[in-house]
Amino acid sequence: MKLRITLAAALLGATALGAQAQDLRIGLASDADVLDPDQSRTFVGRIVYAALCDKLVDITPELEIIPQLATDWSFSDDNTALTMQLREGVTFHDGTPFNAEAVARNIERSRTLEESRRKSELSSVSGTEVLGEYEIKINLAQPDATILAQLADRAGMMISPDAADEAGADFGLNPVCSGPFKFEERVAQDRIVLSKFDGYWNADEINLDSVTYLPIPDTTVRLANLQSGDIHILDRLAATDLKQISDDPSIDVKEAVSLGYQGITFNVGNGERGDNPWGNDKRLRQAFSLAIGRDIINQVVFDGNFRPANQPYSTESPWYDSEFPMPERDVEAAKALLAEAGYENGLDLEVQVPNRPENLQLMQVIQSMASEAGINVKITSKEFATMLDDQSAGKFTGSQVGWSGRIDPDGNLHQFVTTGAGLNDAGYSNAEVDRLLNEARTISDTAERKKLYDEARAILNDELPIVYLYHQTWLTALADGVDGFVAYPDGMMRLEGVTLNAE
Amino acid sequence: MLSFILRRVLIAIPTILLISVFVFSLQKLLPGDPILAMAGEERDPEVIEFLREKYRLNDPVPVQYLNWVGNALQGDLGISLRTNQPVLELIGEKLPVTIQLAAMAMIFAMGIGIPAGILSAVRKGTMTDYIANIVALSGLSIPNFWLGIMLILLVSVKWQLLPASGYVPFAEDPWRSIQVMLMPAFVLGTALAATLMRHTRSAMLTVLTSDYVRTARAKGLSERKVILKHAFRNALTPIVTLSALLFGELIAGAVLTEQIFTIPGFGKMVVDAVFNRDYAVVQGIVLVTAVGFIVMNLLADVAYVLLNPRLRNEA
Repeated sequence: MKLRITLAAALLGATALGAQAQDLRIGLASDADVLDPDQSRTFVGRIVYAALCDKLVDITPELEIIPQLATDWSFSDDNTALTMQLREGVTFHDGTPFNAEAVARNIERSRTLEESRRKSELSSVSGTEVLGEYEIKINLAQPDATILAQLADRAGMMISPDAADEAGADFGLNPVCSGPFKFEERVAQDRIVLSKFDGYWNADEINLDSVTYLPIPDTTVRLANLQSGDIHILDRLAATDLKQISDDPSIDVKEAVSLGYQGITFNVGNGERGDNPWGNDKRLRQAFSLAIGRDIINQVVFDGNFRPANQPYSTESPWYDSEFPMPERDVEAAKALLAEAGYENGLDLEVQVPNRPENLQLMQVIQSMASEAGINVKITSKEFATMLDDQSAGKFTGSQVGWSGRIDPDGNLHQFVTTGAGLNDAGYSNAEVDRLLNEARTISDTAERKKLYDEARAILNDELPIVYLYHQTWLTALADGVDGFVAYPDGMMRLEGVTLNAE
Repeated sequence: MLSFILRRVLIAIPTILLISVFVFSLQKLLPGDPILAMAGEERDPEVIEFLREKYRLNDPVPVQYLNWVGNALQGDLGISLRTNQPVLELIGEKLPVTIQLAAMAMIFAMGIGIPAGILSAVRKGTMTDYIANIVALSGLSIPNFWLGIMLILLVSVKWQLLPASGYVPFAEDPWRSIQVMLMPAFVLGTALAATLMRHTRSAMLTVLTSDYVRTARAKGLSERKVILKHAFRNALTPIVTLSALLFGELIAGAVLTEQIFTIPGFGKMVVDAVFNRDYAVVQGIVLVTAVGFIVMNLLADVAYVLLNPRLRNEA
């Protein structure tokens, strides 16, 4: 009898929950790391922030910078100061008011917290001045065209300064921001729960009571969860699953070409192993690039759902350089280049690749195409952490890696190819490229800036320290009843305007 | 009895220490730098150096180990490099999940394995025996991940009977918690059921040919009573040992099962921690698992003595 009462109570509880039913469940491809915008480094972490933490500025799907917590801004004539007008009447989740003082403390934390990963993003900032309750001036040591784009991402996320001071480096255990949803709880590897923040400045646009993020790494299981109705939004559908669900009317897929790319980095000067035929002779790298058909890769490995790449910007990007359209596969030309370099009988190329099925398949397709030109690709599959270690230490000849992409063109190029830069694992160094890319950072006029990038591209396209392969497309699958979702090239899930009609 | 338990506990201490040294050094032998793994796309040399210092990764390995042991003795297992949560808190969060999974899997394993074993021993050489054997062998041979995915596709996607994956704490919603756990527990249980079935069968076969069973039959006891009361009780000893040893298999199986069904338990935590080179977490889990294993074995030893009076004097 007792059991029956409990059961009945449980059932009643279930129906009561059903009546609310405005909990949006999102299946993520992996678990987020620490939830502190100043310390975090994962892509999925940023997806959670899109609902949790507002930024000074945001982007449109076309990559234009638009107001979020800053309503207006202007640069000084010499481009060394950025003055922002701030939104009034905004509070953080703990009730702390948002104002110029809060912005100043946020930027200070990003620049000085020892654990902060945002230091390099804000390296041009020399300090801030509070000009009024809702007006702040950010001083720059030198002109920096990338600063607005940085403020449209983690460096521009505003967290409650009081909560941050109190928690210090442990802020991520209980993050307090100003976004449409506030932090409820997190069970590592299981879920992150956010609930609607009633005091949100743009509350009219928020139609959900709560959001639950569930990390489900296995693509098949993630899709099964969507099909069984256990989740409403699916992060990163596998390209090869698109065909399978295209005839399922209850699932809708939104696509956006990502800002990032995948490619092969050659070791041209990183440590002793930079001294290898592939690193020493650009003709070999050119031959390799000609030997592979990027469109074939896209068709075979990704069912044609991604975009072939020969530069760090996709054709959707305003920074795409149309001077260099996708090269046609040309095995004869590749052979000729190899012969010219003295390898008419072909040669070996060792490429390390993360031990994930998709990456291995990609390399196998490349292997078979390259072999037709006489390039014998040897695939070394490595577990990711090991590969990363070897790559930064220069223990490789070729390495198959990707980049999730940044809004500003600088973020996809500068740190990879300028001398001594943080992510320049190729060990590439070219004074002219350095000069062009450094100068491009200081120019705010888009057309003028693009000219510099195009000039650098011309050099890089000839020397090929990185051979670009493809741009991923963010495929976000939506269950029946989810409306108003817009896919963005940065892969973030903005929940303003999203509605959930539980059947 | 008490001195027996005490002796076993004392022996366990050096075992645990040895395991922890072993795991600590193995981890250090793994290529891959935890800080670099955790830096991901943001690799600022200054921050990397600061974090190495902060987590004392620049100290010599023996010093790192002694530090860890010192802290562990005070109940501090360090913090996760990835999420900044204390390891002890993480373990406290995950342990009940895996225990629930293991317990439910064990219920499946015993509920299927033992009756099937008894049945096939009693009906040895008949169709029932062969069928039970085939089912048991398939249970052993079908890989967990395949069975798991097939069940998800069939039960959750096609019939929409059970949730596809995830976890609901028992305290929050017991009914739903059991529902969510049913499939993973079944998957994990089938492999163990097969082992249990085979062992029950052979133990029963031995016992069924013994003199006292013949005597019991001669007394005119019902077949049911002979089998369950006389034969099975005596066949239990090896089954209990096996169940304790299966605990290890259960944890190993949980690693895969939790991965497929995205259950936030021990197994999933240890796999993710190894991939992220989250040393403190791996170390903490291994410690707790080792202790668990030793406790299970101790319990099995005690259970023998209780089940088999002949062993009491030796203890």
